[in-house]
Amino acid sequence: MSQETVLYDAQGPKARRRTRIGTAIAVVALLGLGYLVVQRLIERDQFSMEKWGPLIDPSNEAFDSVWRVFGEGIVNTIRAAAIAMVLSIGLGTLIAVARLSLGRTGRIPLIGLIELLRGLPVVVLIYFGVRVLPDVGVDLRDLPGGQALWGLVIGLTAYNMVIFAEVVRAGVESLPRGQREAALATGLTNGQTMRIVLLPQAFRVMLPAIISQLVVVLKDTSLVTFIANYDELLSQGESIRRNLDNPIQTFIVVALLYIAINYSLGRLAQYIQRRQARASRAVVATTDTGATVPVGGGA
Amino acid sequence: MSAVTDNLGLFFGGYLRSLSICLWALVGSLVLGVLVAACRVSPVPPLRAFGAFWVTTFRNTPLSVVLFFCAFGLPELGINRSFFFFGVLGLVLYTSAFVCEAVRSGINSVSAGQAEAARSIGLNFSQGLRYVVLPQALRTVVPPLGSVIIAMFKNSAVVGAFGVGGDLWSTGQTLTSARGLETLPVFVGIAFFYLMITLPAGAILQIVERKVAIAR
Repeated sequence: MSQETVLYDAQGPKARRRTRIGTAIAVVALLGLGYLVVQRLIERDQFSMEKWGPLIDPSNEAFDSVWRVFGEGIVNTIRAAAIAMVLSIGLGTLIAVARLSLGRTGRIPLIGLIELLRGLPVVVLIYFGVRVLPDVGVDLRDLPGGQALWGLVIGLTAYNMVIFAEVVRAGVESLPRGQREAALATGLTNGQTMRIVLLPQAFRVMLPAIISQLVVVLKDTSLVTFIANYDELLSQGESIRRNLDNPIQTFIVVALLYIAINYSLGRLAQYIQRRQARASRAVVATTDTGATVPVGGGA
Repeated sequence: MSAVTDNLGLFFGGYLRSLSICLWALVGSLVLGVLVAACRVSPVPPLRAFGAFWVTTFRNTPLSVVLFFCAFGLPELGINRSFFFFGVLGLVLYTSAFVCEAVRSGINSVSAGQAEAARSIGLNFSQGLRYVVLPQALRTVVPPLGSVIIAMFKNSAVVGAFGVGGDLWSTGQTLTSARGLETLPVFVGIAFFYLMITLPAGAILQIVERKVAIAR
């Protein structure tokens, strides 16, 4: 509870009484709000088994097929996100290494690329991958998964690789200067120093940021719904909604599925971060000024 | 490139529409985000729980799902508004979670010693907040809040793709599908105008950051 100490002291009897009164008021207000929502839901008949049954009742005849559709959606979402993650970490590392090892002028086109891709909405980049690429003659239909998957992967990769490039760069720059100097002094070349000494340590520092970014990538796979037919989780939910005509129920379930996946990933990132903070407090000063964690906004 | 230059007016109209989505959502998400952040740092447990619930929900749900829920779910409850309203509402709900976290981390970044020092020289709670804690918190909030806002500007494209109509995205859709123009030049046009939103925003953010920066 360290967060409380910044704003206020440990509470005395008077403050505790005020807190209790505040608690009572807040509980009443929140319950009232909840009551209004539930009331509206009942009024509109949103709790009927007709609407919920296919989603939560295993004995319902539609239950199996609904969850098979959801299951396919989850698999496809994770597949696209995983491929995009691997590609963008790989390319991002390359960009970062190039940026770190190029001279001042050689760096300029890279910085231009990074700024360009960071300034574009990811949905526009997915559009580029899915729609524009085939028009200019890049045919991805023959690849396993087809145009939609690879267009989506390309869009996500284009967007995320530059983010990773920045994450990797921040990670490498956060390492103590002595690491590089010692590696060079033992006779390693520049490339070896980067590969054997700097990058492995940087990745350790970056692991939480990488996992947080995975959450962003997972969420962004759903944007393909607007552009092409790729049966990821949201598209599947959308087709279920069209069949069952229960938007509130279906989208609550879809949201819960996303939350379940992303929340666990977020906790994993937190856990690793905390463990690292304990293990390497003396070794590495992690940059917590946002340099390693440019994931806000979840774009 | 004539596809872009011939339709510059159309693109510019779309640009203004996108900008208006951004600005409405900016106001809405800042207000809502600060409110939720106030809940999260308040001494009242149920409010804190509510804030945590809010943030967990909207941070882990894709914006597109929030939009779908607003546009298809809310009418079921008898709330009928324009797509523009639902689009901005979805973007506000989604972004408020990130604004909240940025603000909260800013408040938490002020070291406890600052508040203790304020109390020890006899400032009361509101004075300490006003003269010591908040001025420092606001400064640390600026960079993360700025990137949240820029991300939100980019997310306005999702609202556009969702079908608000008249914005940059749907301008592109009209040009490629209804008028059958090549996708590449239209894409370049859309990309250019989105950069005209995000790059100036980034530049403004940097200026503001430099203005408020403090050495710790």
